[in-house]
Amino acid sequence: MSKFDLDEMNSCYLDVLREIGNIGAGNATTALAQLLQRKVDMTVPQAELLEFKEVGRAIGGEESIMAGVYMVVEGDISGSMMFLLEKESARHLVNQMLCKPDDEGSASDLFDEMEISVMKEIGNIITGAYLNSLSDLTHLKIYPSVPAIAIDMAGAILSVPAIEFGVLGDKILMIQTRFSDDIQIDGFFILVPDVDSYQKILESLGIA
Amino acid sequence: MADLKVCKCPDGLTTLGLGSCIGVALRDPSAKVGGLLHFMLPDSTAIKNNACAEKFADTGIELLVKLMIAEGASKSRLEAKIAGGAQMFAFQNKEGLLRVGERNAEAARNKLKEMNIKLIAEDTGADYGRTVVFYPETGEYVIKSVGKPQKSI
Repeated sequence: MSKFDLDEMNSCYLDVLREIGNIGAGNATTALAQLLQRKVDMTVPQAELLEFKEVGRAIGGEESIMAGVYMVVEGDISGSMMFLLEKESARHLVNQMLCKPDDEGSASDLFDEMEISVMKEIGNIITGAYLNSLSDLTHLKIYPSVPAIAIDMAGAILSVPAIEFGVLGDKILMIQTRFSDDIQIDGFFILVPDVDSYQKILESLGIA
Repeated sequence: MADLKVCKCPDGLTTLGLGSCIGVALRDPSAKVGGLLHFMLPDSTAIKNNACAEKFADTGIELLVKLMIAEGASKSRLEAKIAGGAQMFAFQNKEGLLRVGERNAEAARNKLKEMNIKLIAEDTGADYGRTVVFYPETGEYVIKSVGKPQKSI
């Protein structure tokens, strides 16, 4: 068994990872739609090797303000999982969950403690759906950590998984899926397994 | 991220969304040369895969100084300002990587000291991202964050 090398990633592997993103994000989007009781669309996932310089641009600009729920993934595979929402979407989602009118708090940049907690819980439920389906598919044990949240510039939020990847190489592999509804919701799921985990995921599917 | 640029006055340099990374701004006020490095990790010697110099505090600062000297700067006249090194997410029990912001700031300070470059100002730590703009002409280092007033160091 050769050590998995990101630079030798071929398109077949990327297709498999994209399909994993598709299944995971499909379940997560369904969970989100149930939560909101509304139709939510998702795009075809992208699985790409990105240079660090490109990371911010990949999700619409380093400076766009987003709410990021971040979880460390442990178990048979390790890495990180992120659920990113545009700030207005996060505000809308939180208001919906707390049965508040939509204009409330929208002027402020800040979320109070209760709203932060709601965001974390939403992140927990939705990424849970993503990781569960991945776990079912691969028969690997996957445990997410307690969620942590940051509401900040996308570049700053994504520097966290980028730095983890930076230890291993000069590129980052992100499996990202964009979801949106017609009006208020816009965001991303990003799965960033570490290098050894790719090997495990692919092996569990009988590919590598 | 993992990038650097050198410029001549009156141009300015910017890097967007610094999280745990650090933006190191250097300038030579007489030669009117400035440089900005956005590095990600503290130490190139701790990691096997370290070909990319801009990724680390130590090799990144060295490379930036070298490029600035090539543009006419003098090492003895260089002065530095640093910003970034936040801890974006609060985690309880995972050591190491998650304190990377703090370690990045420390590594930048140490490297500048080792190279005898004067560190005249810094804005590091805390838990929020920073976008920085550096004007080598005046040495002004403008820091913008979400939900906070813009400041200049």
